[in-house]
Amino acid sequence: MILSTVLFGRTYQFKSINEVMAKANEEKSGDVMAGIAAESAEERVAAKVVLANLTLEDLRNNPAIPYEQDEVTRIIQDGLNEKIYDSMKRWTVQELREKILDYNTSGNDIRRISRGLTSEMVAAVTKLMSNLDLITAGNKITVTAHCNTTIGLEGTLSARLQPNHPSDNEDGIVASILEGLAYGSGDAVIGLNPVDDTLESVKRMFHRLEEVKNKYAIPTQNSVLAHVTTQMQAIREGAPADLIFQSIAGSEKGNTAFGISGELIAEARELALREGTAAGPNVMYFETGQGAELSSNAHHGVDQLTLEARCYGFGKTYEPFLVNTVVGFIGPEYLYDSKQVIRAGLEDHFMGKLSGLPMGVDVCYTNHMKADQDDMEILSTLLAQAGVNFLITAPHGDDVMLNYQSLGYHEIQTLRELLQLKPIKEFEEWLRKMDVIDLSGRLTKQAGDASLFLV
Amino acid sequence: MVTDTELKTLIEKIVLEMAGESKASEEHTPKSEQTDSTNHAVSEEVLPDISEVLIKKELLVPDPSDEEGYLDMKDKTPARLGVWRSGARYMTSSALRFKADHAAAQDAVFSYVSEDFVKENNLFPVATVCQDKDEYVTRPDLGRQFSDEEKEKIKTHCGNPKVQIVVGDGLSSASIEANLENTLPAIKQGLKLHGIDVTNDLFIKHCRVPAMDVIGELTGADVVCLLVGERPGLVTAESMSAYIAYKPTVDMPEARRTVISNIHEGGTPPVEAGAHIAELIKKMIDKKASGLDLNKI
Repeated sequence: MILSTVLFGRTYQFKSINEVMAKANEEKSGDVMAGIAAESAEERVAAKVVLANLTLEDLRNNPAIPYEQDEVTRIIQDGLNEKIYDSMKRWTVQELREKILDYNTSGNDIRRISRGLTSEMVAAVTKLMSNLDLITAGNKITVTAHCNTTIGLEGTLSARLQPNHPSDNEDGIVASILEGLAYGSGDAVIGLNPVDDTLESVKRMFHRLEEVKNKYAIPTQNSVLAHVTTQMQAIREGAPADLIFQSIAGSEKGNTAFGISGELIAEARELALREGTAAGPNVMYFETGQGAELSSNAHHGVDQLTLEARCYGFGKTYEPFLVNTVVGFIGPEYLYDSKQVIRAGLEDHFMGKLSGLPMGVDVCYTNHMKADQDDMEILSTLLAQAGVNFLITAPHGDDVMLNYQSLGYHEIQTLRELLQLKPIKEFEEWLRKMDVIDLSGRLTKQAGDASLFLV
Repeated sequence: MVTDTELKTLIEKIVLEMAGESKASEEHTPKSEQTDSTNHAVSEEVLPDISEVLIKKELLVPDPSDEEGYLDMKDKTPARLGVWRSGARYMTSSALRFKADHAAAQDAVFSYVSEDFVKENNLFPVATVCQDKDEYVTRPDLGRQFSDEEKEKIKTHCGNPKVQIVVGDGLSSASIEANLENTLPAIKQGLKLHGIDVTNDLFIKHCRVPAMDVIGELTGADVVCLLVGERPGLVTAESMSAYIAYKPTVDMPEARRTVISNIHEGGTPPVEAGAHIAELIKKMIDKKASGLDLNKI
């Protein structure tokens, strides 16, 4: 294992794989704040050179956080397909990159490779990829999952309809749902972030979402994004839940800060399969985002990209239906501006797919970040090209509860028209029946009029 | 092929349109002495302020199936509903309004509370170690630290009060300028009723919430109350929060803070919030606790 290189006549000596990994990262304000980022542009390239020549075996044997110390590491390492890993452990990271991009490697081949990769390998190859590499490679990998409908099939682009309300007013929430349906959003999930995440409130929200879904016979799934334990109790008390949601982290300490463990998530999944309302078998919904571990001081000196990959390694164990990074929500101290958010969005989507996850993205930003709606339109177009399973949508892109901006309902329809992508089949048929889209997939004359659902 | 009836309708339509046009041109001709210049002259008129349009009341869908029902839906949420579309894209007016609201939110973060405002409200200005807004938004750890020199200034100015009020710009300077002049007097008046006088209020530039813990340690105050600008959303850029703690110390658990958020004209009105804060402070002094500990009592 060589941790040193000469570049432009200067010798760079790195102390550990973690240092190489952190310094090989594209610039992120979170890594700078953690004091682990490359100190110059040249040092960044030197780290990439060293990383390119490490083998997959080097990375397997040096997990970001030691096996004994961290449950996430154990789950990732124990879940590996040893035969597949053995067949490629001598590959360098650059060989892995080229293998993934090669014409002769199919999407199915990559899914097989994926079973032999640890999250550190997934992160490493990502650090060697340009933005267009990430789009091209992401586009090769198809990952489907089934809850009530099937997400992720080739030629589809789905949307989460996010009808949040600053005081959980149920009529206001339903109003935002109807508006989204009138533009063709909601085939991935109708997913609400409640303000009041107490048990009674969460139960009430589950019932209300189910009522809307049944009233209009919408072929989709529902989710109320409260803490996993609250949702579990709600289900035990009879709340109709298709999916169980939870935010997850890339270290055990980060998961502890979220109040979860691998055991708890496994228990939640069993409960959803046993007592949930969905057909399954994929009944979990996870959210992630670069920087979450640093914000809870649970990063162990590891860079935010590697920790994000470890979220996916952890999450795939529970065979989720939806996973999305909330890419620009965390703020400029982790992702400084639109350049960093766009990069992170493409990285997260690719890493999720390479980890075998049905990956979506909340293309978003906060108002203290140097980004705007134009940047989100750029990232969403790139992600749709990269074959992202789903995107998050809120009315006109403005989430009036979480006070940040995502994509609007208009965006999902625009992207579908532009790139000839379709909603999930059953949902598409439902949209036709409701006269929201026509046979060509365009909006009908009355689409966009949410009051059509009142008649 | 055009049928006779269609042809007839077409001719009628054209005739009507021509009549309309000649009528319109007649109306314009009398001003012939200025004809050439009128079209290019700058009018004295001013376009209306688009930020004053009430989103809840504005329905842009041209021919809704149920107009009354739609307005009722809109009335239940501040979300931007009924915005209509051109093709699959937004109408120009809703897109411009969105941009305006985002501009206000960004300006609220990246602008400063004016020095005049700080003076007029008798606030003593100090600052954390952040060099500028850019460093402030990217380094939350620095927005809670003071130089030794600033610490001395704080000690000298504040002495050893029972209650110390601190105002911080936080992530919205606009929220401080919009609400403070109503909230602060209400807090003071409320406390006066309990015989507690509050003076020597501080203003902290580049302030994060845990900065109040340093103030707690420097002054030894029983209660520190921080009024700070919240991260703005598009619905309002003027939301302020109050973080209140009994004898706060650096690195104390977050659960020891009591928070009143959403203080603005459209949320908890600033005067009402001030009265509520005064009562909370009194309760904290009496019970010697804040945050979760106060709820348990």
